Amino acid sequence: MTTAKPKPSLTAEGQASFTRTAPAVATALLSLEFRRLMLTLLGWGVSLLIFFPILWMAMTGFKTEAAAIADPSFLFTPTLDSYSAVQARADYFKYALNSVTVAFGSTLLALLIGIPSAYSMAFLPTRRTKGTLLWMLSTKMLPPVGVLVPIYLLFRTTGLLDTRTGLIIVYTLMNLPIVVWMLYTFFKDLPRDILEAGRMDGASTFQEVVYLLMPLTLPGIASTGLLSVILSWNEAFWSLNLTSSNAAPLTAYIASFSSPEGLFWAKLSAASTMAIAPILVFGWMTQKQMVRGLTFGAVK
Amino acid sequence: MATLQLRNIVKRFDDTQVIKGVDLDVNDREFVVFVGPSGCGKSTLLRMIAGLESATSGDILIDGQRINEVGPAERGLAMVFQSYALYPHMTVEDNMGFSLKLAGVSKEERRRKVRETAEILQLEPLLDRKPKALSGGQRQRVAIGRAIVRNPSIFLFDEPLSNLDAALRVQMRIELARLHEALDATMIYVTHDQIEAMTMADKIVVLQGGVVEQVGSPMALYHHPRNRFVAGFIGSPKMNFVKVTVAHAGPAGVEVRLPGGVNCEVPVDGDGVAAGTVLELGFRPEHIQLDVGGPLEGCIEVIERLGGLTSLYVRMPEALITVSADGNVEHRVGDTLRFGFAPDCAHLFGSDGLALPSLHRHPLAALNRQDNRAISMAGSQ
Repeated sequence: MTTAKPKPSLTAEGQASFTRTAPAVATALLSLEFRRLMLTLLGWGVSLLIFFPILWMAMTGFKTEAAAIADPSFLFTPTLDSYSAVQARADYFKYALNSVTVAFGSTLLALLIGIPSAYSMAFLPTRRTKGTLLWMLSTKMLPPVGVLVPIYLLFRTTGLLDTRTGLIIVYTLMNLPIVVWMLYTFFKDLPRDILEAGRMDGASTFQEVVYLLMPLTLPGIASTGLLSVILSWNEAFWSLNLTSSNAAPLTAYIASFSSPEGLFWAKLSAASTMAIAPILVFGWMTQKQMVRGLTFGAVK
Repeated sequence: MATLQLRNIVKRFDDTQVIKGVDLDVNDREFVVFVGPSGCGKSTLLRMIAGLESATSGDILIDGQRINEVGPAERGLAMVFQSYALYPHMTVEDNMGFSLKLAGVSKEERRRKVRETAEILQLEPLLDRKPKALSGGQRQRVAIGRAIVRNPSIFLFDEPLSNLDAALRVQMRIELARLHEALDATMIYVTHDQIEAMTMADKIVVLQGGVVEQVGSPMALYHHPRNRFVAGFIGSPKMNFVKVTVAHAGPAGVEVRLPGGVNCEVPVDGDGVAAGTVLELGFRPEHIQLDVGGPLEGCIEVIERLGGLTSLYVRMPEALITVSADGNVEHRVGDTLRFGFAPDCAHLFGSDGLALPSLHRHPLAALNRQDNRAISMAGSQ
């Protein structure tokens, strides 16, 4: 000890710092574990909170009208009465077909217009591209009711009222800003070199888009399309105002159960459940694709 | 089989002029290297030749035909990108055959051509793989293969080796030189690496700030740099520069006073240079001799031992001088080093950066790779 005077102090110090850090590390690990647990609980809590109205609606659909307005209870005898009553009053499949046609039709149209627009903005930008993009987004800030009267009059004059074509046009225009924005961000991630290599190989702009851009950004295009389908499916404002019977989609179908003869909760719930079931299943099936497309870039 | 001419090419992006009037002749089957620091405009120039960028003014001619308005594919060129730019969703075979597919070539013909090219590049076992499953060197070869399949009149390379590791880079360099021989094609190659330029080029084009500083064979640029920039850029390690004062300018050269007070005569044309003018003396690390009676002196700051060679960094009052010495020198950091240099290989630069013209042309200055081959063949016989 006496021969190596400076050393003991060094080791002592080192040991001290070790004994200090060991419990600190343990606490940190513990708190990390604890934090993870709390986050999991919070996640479950929030999910249940969000899901609860849907669950309650589905349950109410299987109750009798009397049970539906009685004290809320999880225990009841399920019945399909409301479903048969709802189906007897209005043909679900007609509305569903309208919803499918309009949602997918408008999405297809929006992609058809959006892909070339986003391509030119991402790869051939001008000095006004940024401004155009912002302007497009700003149209989403306008309350739709502000343009209801002019659009209604336009539709009446052109005979588009209560037609699926009319609804497809409105939904396409409604979703186009979001579609172009999303596609633009996905396309921007694609290395320019790949498209230029295609151009050197003799690809026309159309071939460039079809053979290179689209296959390479397919996850992005898919999630954009899915979002557009969901937004169109759930849209109620325009469908309620511009359709009555022929072109009415499921949102109008639900609404038709809410007012005239007072509120029938069980029937309304049955109708709503049937209306959202397809998109719910669709969303659930494409969940992976959606999350992948929305969180990662299209091409890594 | 193609020649390329650039006539007063200017490129402007908004208000910035990035290419400021470039004239250049590329002969048939020549290997031309554009070299310069990043941002010098070499890639932009290549992209204009490729047709991916349009020239603001000036003419681009291939085989005497103006092709400014011709699309990239119709120019008959092929380009290899720095990032390889392979199509990630296609197999190697589809990558290489994509241009043929677009041109409407039949499936069998496509297959035959792709296999033929794959054989040259030893890519046959990889034809069914996607680019993701290839190493960097293999991707590079696929990118080159994709260019070869098109049978272009001119190959364009945009820094193709800069993403490879050092060993692979040397290997690919040799492979590219061999390919140039085998394909007998005109090649234009962009790099920031002067070693690539020196080793592969028939003709080097040194660019800086959108201007061509000098065009010439590697040895011409090495021995007769037109200005201080080229002198510093070509050669590794870099040329040393020290400020000197002209003592006397005569027909045999310019006599300058070195920092240590010793005079030295450099064989350059000193026409119009007055005594007392301050010039910059340039001499290369490899032209320095360690000599206890040498005219220059400094203190060794850093020693880099490479094995066969040693680089000594010597502090002089105004500059840090690099000395390339034998691998076995026994000097240590802090030692005082006396050294001299070969005045025949030295250069003098005026305040405008231009070199005073050499009085003697170096015998190898006109040498290019073809001559190299001739010499080696003569030697082997």
